[in-house]
Amino acid sequence: MGSVAIKKIEQPKSFKFSKANLDKIEKILAKYPSNQKASAVMPLLDLVQRQHQNWIPEVAMEEIARILEMPRIKVFEVATFYTMYNLKPVGEYLIQLCTTTPCWLCGSADIVKACEDHLGIKVGETSKDGKFTLVEVECLGACVNAPMIQVNDDYYEDLTAENMIELLEHLKTGDDITVGSQTGRTGSCAEAGPTTLESHAKKAKIKMAEIEEDK
Amino acid sequence: MPKLTIDDMEVTVEAGTSLLQAAEQLGIEVPRFCYHDRLSVAGNCRMCLMEVEGAPKLAASCTAPCGEDMKVHTKSEKVKTAQKGVMEMMLINHPLDCPICDQGGECDLQDQSVAYGFDRSRFLDNKRSVKNKDLGPLVKTTMTRCIHCTRCVRFGEEVAGIEELGVLNRGEHLEIGTYVEQMITSELSGNLVDVCPVGALTSKPYAFKARPWELTKTETIDVMDAVGSNIRVDSRGNEVLRVLPRLHEDVNEEWISDKTRHACDGLKMGRLDKPYLKNSKGKLKPVSWNDAFEAISAKIKVTDGSKIAAVVGDLCDCESIMALKDVMHLLGSPHLECRSDGSKFNPYIPSGYNFNTSIAGVEDADLIILIGTNPRLEAAMLNARIYKNWRDNKVKVAVIGSHIDVNYPYVHLGTGSETLQDLIAGKHDFDETLKNAKKPMLILGTGATMRNDGLAVHALACEFAEHYNMIQDDWNGFNLLHMSASRMGALALGFTPKLENGGHDLDGIVKASSKGNLDILYVMGADDLPFDKLGDDTFVIYQGHHGDKGAAHADVVLPSVAYTEKNATYINTEGRVQIARKATFPVGDAKEDWTILRSLSAYLGRPLPYDNLLELRERMVQENDLFNHVDEVIAQPWNKVIASDISVNKVPFKLPMADFYQTNVICRASGTMQECTDAFFSANIKKRRVNG
Amino acid sequence: MLADKDRIFTNLYGWESPNLAAAKKRGDWDGTKKLIAKGREWIIDEVKKSGLRGRGGAGFPTGLKWSFMPKEGDRPQYLVINADESEPGTCKDRDILRHDPHKLVEGALLASFAMGAKASYIYIRGEFYNEAVAMQKAIDEAYEAGLIGKNACKTGWDFDLYVHRGAGAYICGEESALLNSLEGKKGMPRNKPPFPAMAGLYSCPTTVNNVETIASVGEILRRGGDWFSSFGNERNHGTKLFCISGHVNRPCNVEEELGIPLRELIEKHAGGVRGGWDNLLAVIPGGSSTPMLPKSICDTVEMDFDSLREVQSGLGTAGVIVMDKSTDIVQAITRLSQFYSHESCGQCTPCREGTGWLWEQMKRMTRGEALIEDIDVMLDVCSEIEGNTICALGEAAVWPVQGLVRHFRSEIERRIVEYRKTLVA
Repeated sequence: MGSVAIKKIEQPKSFKFSKANLDKIEKILAKYPSNQKASAVMPLLDLVQRQHQNWIPEVAMEEIARILEMPRIKVFEVATFYTMYNLKPVGEYLIQLCTTTPCWLCGSADIVKACEDHLGIKVGETSKDGKFTLVEVECLGACVNAPMIQVNDDYYEDLTAENMIELLEHLKTGDDITVGSQTGRTGSCAEAGPTTLESHAKKAKIKMAEIEEDK
Repeated sequence: MPKLTIDDMEVTVEAGTSLLQAAEQLGIEVPRFCYHDRLSVAGNCRMCLMEVEGAPKLAASCTAPCGEDMKVHTKSEKVKTAQKGVMEMMLINHPLDCPICDQGGECDLQDQSVAYGFDRSRFLDNKRSVKNKDLGPLVKTTMTRCIHCTRCVRFGEEVAGIEELGVLNRGEHLEIGTYVEQMITSELSGNLVDVCPVGALTSKPYAFKARPWELTKTETIDVMDAVGSNIRVDSRGNEVLRVLPRLHEDVNEEWISDKTRHACDGLKMGRLDKPYLKNSKGKLKPVSWNDAFEAISAKIKVTDGSKIAAVVGDLCDCESIMALKDVMHLLGSPHLECRSDGSKFNPYIPSGYNFNTSIAGVEDADLIILIGTNPRLEAAMLNARIYKNWRDNKVKVAVIGSHIDVNYPYVHLGTGSETLQDLIAGKHDFDETLKNAKKPMLILGTGATMRNDGLAVHALACEFAEHYNMIQDDWNGFNLLHMSASRMGALALGFTPKLENGGHDLDGIVKASSKGNLDILYVMGADDLPFDKLGDDTFVIYQGHHGDKGAAHADVVLPSVAYTEKNATYINTEGRVQIARKATFPVGDAKEDWTILRSLSAYLGRPLPYDNLLELRERMVQENDLFNHVDEVIAQPWNKVIASDISVNKVPFKLPMADFYQTNVICRASGTMQECTDAFFSANIKKRRVNG
Repeated sequence: MLADKDRIFTNLYGWESPNLAAAKKRGDWDGTKKLIAKGREWIIDEVKKSGLRGRGGAGFPTGLKWSFMPKEGDRPQYLVINADESEPGTCKDRDILRHDPHKLVEGALLASFAMGAKASYIYIRGEFYNEAVAMQKAIDEAYEAGLIGKNACKTGWDFDLYVHRGAGAYICGEESALLNSLEGKKGMPRNKPPFPAMAGLYSCPTTVNNVETIASVGEILRRGGDWFSSFGNERNHGTKLFCISGHVNRPCNVEEELGIPLRELIEKHAGGVRGGWDNLLAVIPGGSSTPMLPKSICDTVEMDFDSLREVQSGLGTAGVIVMDKSTDIVQAITRLSQFYSHESCGQCTPCREGTGWLWEQMKRMTRGEALIEDIDVMLDVCSEIEGNTICALGEAAVWPVQGLVRHFRSEIERRIVEYRKTLVA
């Protein structure tokens, strides 16, 4: 993040949105009042990342400034404020490790260690083959499925050191990836089954948890 | 009109007044870093906290509006504790480098930490360090000292009209920066140093030159353009070390242009410190005042008044112009000229050469037509008003002439006088817009009058102004914008060709000289004359303070003083009489301009009838009552300029100024201005990549 | 325990499809037109009657908030839905977005109608990419079916609903920072006044509500305010989504009655504390910013706004973080200090400088590298931040630390003493 970091890297000379993305931009702009084009700066920065190997080059920020008729510095301010904008290249898989307290309580340190050991890189680094970048992030909002991580757009939850390594292997080969819980939980429902919504559970053929009576 | 009590004092304020402003009305001192009278309110430093009875939290008084019956405390224990806390937070990452910081002695943080802070630090960790930024040749950055008040960012956006500074990153890593480390480009960048409450932004040319308590401060008037910005000249010994703005709501508010601020090093360089006389070999040699006057009077005594002419240049004060006029009158010369740039507007009708709308009045206009001018370069502070009007009211601006690089959008109507004609004839799309404007104004620049048909253009512009209702009972939207500080004074004193006696304008003078019909040309500080077109037989007397082009072409050089070295009067482009004060002493043998002329007249045996400044000023009042109205703008009754020859040519209006930083002898002698030229005007100037 | 028939979020766990057909089967979009026909006043009154308080953390009465919106004016009015769910320990809105999005779409229409907003934005935290996709799908379905858009539900009311994704900034959960972000600026909170109801999005009257708040509105109106207010304690009515994470046997989200005893919540729905109730050390009851409660308080406290305030904490987002006796309690809070330092927008001095300092101090406290009196210096720093900032992040950052010192000062002191011993040895 920040100006210091992006100076060191090689920047492309030009950036143009793809035809498909230009169509998307038109739809995005339609969401906001016509005199409030700057509102589209965040979706456009996101589009750039999706088009450009998950990072935002300077020329793309200038292109956004041109399209949205806003000063470049304002685009740059936004790009440096939010953590999800990568202003330098990242690996094909951006592994975002949540280590905030709820995940930490459930063993996120083991997950970090498993990743570092397995990939041979430290948090903040990218693997030599350019496949993986490890970053530590703050709470991703899936605390009842802790510990969890995000890889690019997807959440992977209920991790252990073992299934984390399995996941990394699957990402390498690109097959058999299950997004979400790695232990088969349905969403935020408790692992041993729900304690509520019995009729819905029955319809979905899900077994209720056995609630222990108060002692 | 809420009524409230602050520190047990009752005050009634306008609705919308903030607690901070209300407290100031009561004379209560409120500490602050981010709040600045002239900028939008950020409320981020949290230093101005006040306790409002009944409110759960302390209020940042700069953002909190006054309410009816509020009871407010600015010095309660709770407030003091909180301010102490804020002060402590402010300082934990601020370096303790006051001894090597140029802000020392005039630093808000220093002062307020003494008044409101702790006497020791409880912070045990390493302080944050921040990379410095390149903000150009004038502003030095030490970003580690930044307290993130964002005044500089707001100044850039709201006053200078450059959206190039921003707040990058977040949290502890917050920094002020430019777009991927590019240099900012503004003619007002020096003001960033003034708005910065700490030593993060300091003056590069002034770096490590002096401490504020060593400086003698003189309140005076700037001469770099015709705005007449109010300035303070800080000197030590006989050296001007820096120039700062002084508050004048109607002129420059509290800003000045970079030229006004930073040309002062030119006062030390290339100065004329002795009289010079051309010897038989055609070389200028230093001589005594006596010898110089002797040579001049010898020449004058054998010359008929009709063969003598005088031109005054950009930086001359009214006193010297008066004295020169009187000398020329004694000699019987009708050839007086102050339009040393060759412009041909009518110099006899005040409403025609005045900036009638007034500088502050620009803010009231709802349509502004710029004709042959780029106010950003020619009158930066006036341009700041236009920008302010655009920012606040989205005033419509239209341009006739070359395209210009200004910080507000404009409509381009055409390139020359035929556009004016088309408009008057109702043949232009913009006709409707002009007709609908309530308070339209035009600014006629030197680019439109500095040409052979200048007078016809001047007249056409007057007709245009009348046609589009720019002249109303309480609104005069016709404005001639001058570029030089001396121009209005000279016009007011009638330093103009005496037509009734066959007086020549500049072209006529040059032509007469080239034909051998001019024997003496008295040049007072005019360095941009077409000297190479003068005939060899014309004896040129140059009176001025810098060894620039004028001195190089002279037969006699009389050393005089620069604007910081004399008590003198100037009139700015809107007709405001202002008094400048002497900050330092003349260099070498140089003398104040009017005294040179007074001495010369004595030498000629016909001494001017004034022996001191007071008497001279009385003489000026005699010439024009305007001088009785110091610091006033007197509305000039509308008189339309009419030209006998109304034919205009189709050549597009050209802009008169190419390089903002090189417009007079002082800037041309200034190393700082040269650096600015290199940084902003050399090839690739615009948005130069510094670290790319 | 709340009966299943009284639960609003019946597809909380995503067993059924989130699509329109399935949502309708669950009762969404049932008689929406009739509800709108009853008029703006009726809706606001009914919501007031229900006692619904904002589910985003502050617990401000929703109906009252809506009534602040100007009744008429020439400026557009907006409803902005805060789906920036970022408070550590909280993951309830995510379930609504991905599993029950039509509840939110319908609620948005009803709420917007009630406060005269013709357009509404849902600001979803950037990381919830798949949730934003699900939400957009529901919106598209609703447009397609004529439920929203021009003449929404054939009521004559035009209503547009848009998704706007964030990009990683906890502070955008603060309503004015969210509005700045939505306007394409950095997510820095605004000074108040003016409040959003006067000058919010694009300087127009705006109400910002949490996802859960808005998603509850449809059911409240259908079943009546009285139904909703029949649950919970006085001034703390209705049902609420709870997230139970940390050291419990079966972490989960669950909808329960406000005011349910904390112990019952944990034991009935989350399978109890790991190693039994007696192994409980402390609970953070309402997301990271609410001060922790030691076991002694947890034994009896009820989970609602006012009960938790009485024990110097808060319901917040109802993100219950459970910590058993194996927890390094100082480190647990240090990690939160790191979080707040990372998430401070940096705009105002006490928070920008103070959160970082606090984190440094907490790191030293974790290791015991401090003096006993440094604990008071740290509390001093807390009080220098608290109440002196533009937004509430300042408070959020210091409350966990204050809570720790309040209940576990002896543990911090123990570490300091231990550390001093190693120095002597």
